[in-house]
Amino acid sequence: MDAVAEAEAPQRALRNSPKMTARQVDVYYGETKALKNIDLDIEENQVTSLIGPSGCGKSTFLRCLNRMNDVIDGCRVEGDITLDDVDIYRSGLDVVQLRARVGMVFQKPNPFPKSIYDNIAYGPRLHGIAEAKSDLDDIVEISLTKAGLWKEVKDRLQAPGTGLSGGQQQRLCIARAIAVNPEVILMDEPCSALDPIATARIEELIDELRQNFTIVIVTHSMQQAARVSQKTAFFHLGDLVEVSETEQLFTNPRDQRTQGYITGRFG
Amino acid sequence: MNSFILIAILLVLSSIGYSFGQRRARSLSGNQPSALHSRPQYYGLYVALWCGIPSLALMALWLILEPQVAEWMLISSLPADIQALPADRLSLLLNDVKNLASGNIVSREVDAALQSAADGYASVRQIGNAAMVVVALAIGVLGLSFARKRITPGLRARNLVERTVSIVMIVASTIAVLTTVGIVLSLLFEALRFFSKVPWYEFLFGLTWSPQTALRADQVAGSGAFGAVPLFAGTLMITFIAMCVAVPIGLFSAIYMSEYAPPKMRAIVKPMLEVLAGVPTVVYGFFAALTVAPFIRRTGESMGLDVSSESALAAGVVMGIMIIPFVSSLSDDVMNAVPRSLRDGAYALGATKSETIKQVIFPAALPGIVGSLLLAMSRAIGETMIVVMAAGLAANLTADPLEAVTTVTVQIVTLLVGDQEFDSAKTLAAFALGLVLFAITLTLNVIALNVVRRYREKYD
Repeated sequence: MDAVAEAEAPQRALRNSPKMTARQVDVYYGETKALKNIDLDIEENQVTSLIGPSGCGKSTFLRCLNRMNDVIDGCRVEGDITLDDVDIYRSGLDVVQLRARVGMVFQKPNPFPKSIYDNIAYGPRLHGIAEAKSDLDDIVEISLTKAGLWKEVKDRLQAPGTGLSGGQQQRLCIARAIAVNPEVILMDEPCSALDPIATARIEELIDELRQNFTIVIVTHSMQQAARVSQKTAFFHLGDLVEVSETEQLFTNPRDQRTQGYITGRFG
Repeated sequence: MNSFILIAILLVLSSIGYSFGQRRARSLSGNQPSALHSRPQYYGLYVALWCGIPSLALMALWLILEPQVAEWMLISSLPADIQALPADRLSLLLNDVKNLASGNIVSREVDAALQSAADGYASVRQIGNAAMVVVALAIGVLGLSFARKRITPGLRARNLVERTVSIVMIVASTIAVLTTVGIVLSLLFEALRFFSKVPWYEFLFGLTWSPQTALRADQVAGSGAFGAVPLFAGTLMITFIAMCVAVPIGLFSAIYMSEYAPPKMRAIVKPMLEVLAGVPTVVYGFFAALTVAPFIRRTGESMGLDVSSESALAAGVVMGIMIIPFVSSLSDDVMNAVPRSLRDGAYALGATKSETIKQVIFPAALPGIVGSLLLAMSRAIGETMIVVMAAGLAANLTADPLEAVTTVTVQIVTLLVGDQEFDSAKTLAAFALGLVLFAITLTLNVIALNVVRRYREKYD
């Protein structure tokens, strides 16, 4: 980590070691530059929210953090992103291991067309976390409990996951991500397809999950960002305009553009 | 007048009606189309439909009924002693009269009575034809003027036109369904005639197939054995061999195309595989008979096996190649249809590409893949040409793929090729075979469609 980067990230001094860091990250889709020179720290056991108008690059940045952009043709990432001070884009890094440590929940609930049980057990089986049936049963129960879904589905674990309601499906996807016991959970607009009640349920859940996981959430709802996150980053046209404590960003933004966005003048 | 010319005239008349109606509607509204209930085009269509449909319907009815009426008039004009002839002799005579009337060769001496009957028949047909033209045109013009008069700004032309169009569509689909029913019924009745000569249990469970029966009492021929088991066993074996070839090759190429191939490669490989489906089966047939079968025989002989020059293996392998595109192309489409979000979900949990394919994409696409396999299988069961050319005609009941076997479709062809009498058990057996085959492929198709439907519900 060079001195310039240190200077550009004053908030790093607030805590001793951020969970993930991004330094001078550029992302290209073919010839188009989608993200320009992003520097961001993600603190452990905090919720960091990424806000900004559509197409500003916040989802792109999120997908850089567990290298989900690798599966997109023509996508190129430059700069350094670290997890526990280890570069996740260095050659020889096992993407599978990375994604086991940095899980992800998507905008649209995407349970596999399998039973509820198998949806949760998929990750642990994949990584050999649980060999015995009883261990797997425990993991399924703990994950579903943490995701606040256990009471609703404990009697029908063998029913297809696709048969649940939208909000339940999203909590199933969160449980699925928790089941591999990741360190960081990335959430890409996890509530945008849900009704207000299900949204409230998930927001509550995010707050509980903060005890054990580091969470990065992309959201279109500024109220949601204000409710669930401790730190907020505002993206605009591929630039990281401003990042600070959530309360400060919403009450006393430093940048004109941030001010304009949060007061609803554009975006 | 030729009926095609008449149809053309009626269509021209309808299009004239279209412009009449449109213009009339415009002028009635005082060039303010918003005063009309519907847009002016609908008034045009309204007139065109009134002009075209009744006249064309009448014409169709006329073309169906007129020959029968003419024939009835012909019979009633014949002398009483001829009318009293048995039905088959009478129909022969009627054929001769019709042939004479249209100037074809007749099978008997032309006498005065025959000549006059033919002349009468010809004139009836001519009058009928002329009457049809006149009446159809008259109805067309009448419909046009009637509809044009009925146009008022308040006429709900759009609703009427749309209802008519939906009725036309219902008629079209009914025709398709009725055709299917007709095919099934014709098969069914001929098959019932067969089963009155040969008991059904002998047909379904008999182990010998030798359909040669004597045409006349003094002929030397086989007694005729109609056990269809060897045919179905042969069909089953060749289909099985074909699926053994097509399933692995088709599925692996589908997985490669949908998951691994770069888009450019896919754009080249997929159409090339689909070319396989466009090769005429006769070409596959001689490829099997002239290239694959001798190759199998030579290879078998070099290993000390006794291979007949026509073998189930040759036909099955080539048929398998033929149905590869059914498996690969459909499976590829189905796997491509698995939502991207499911792949993302698996990748985000740390699954590798092959794990994602094996554990998420393939199971999700499985119903569709099964559907494609069943479709390919019913295609293989119905295939004839390759088997005729490469597997032979001998109805052996054997489990050895190196021997010659025959299939249901091949036997149907050989039973019906050439001069046959259509009331012998030998010929009728073809219909019974066809019926059973139809039942089998229908069952497979129904299963395939159901499986595919269940698959569709999964992501909605």
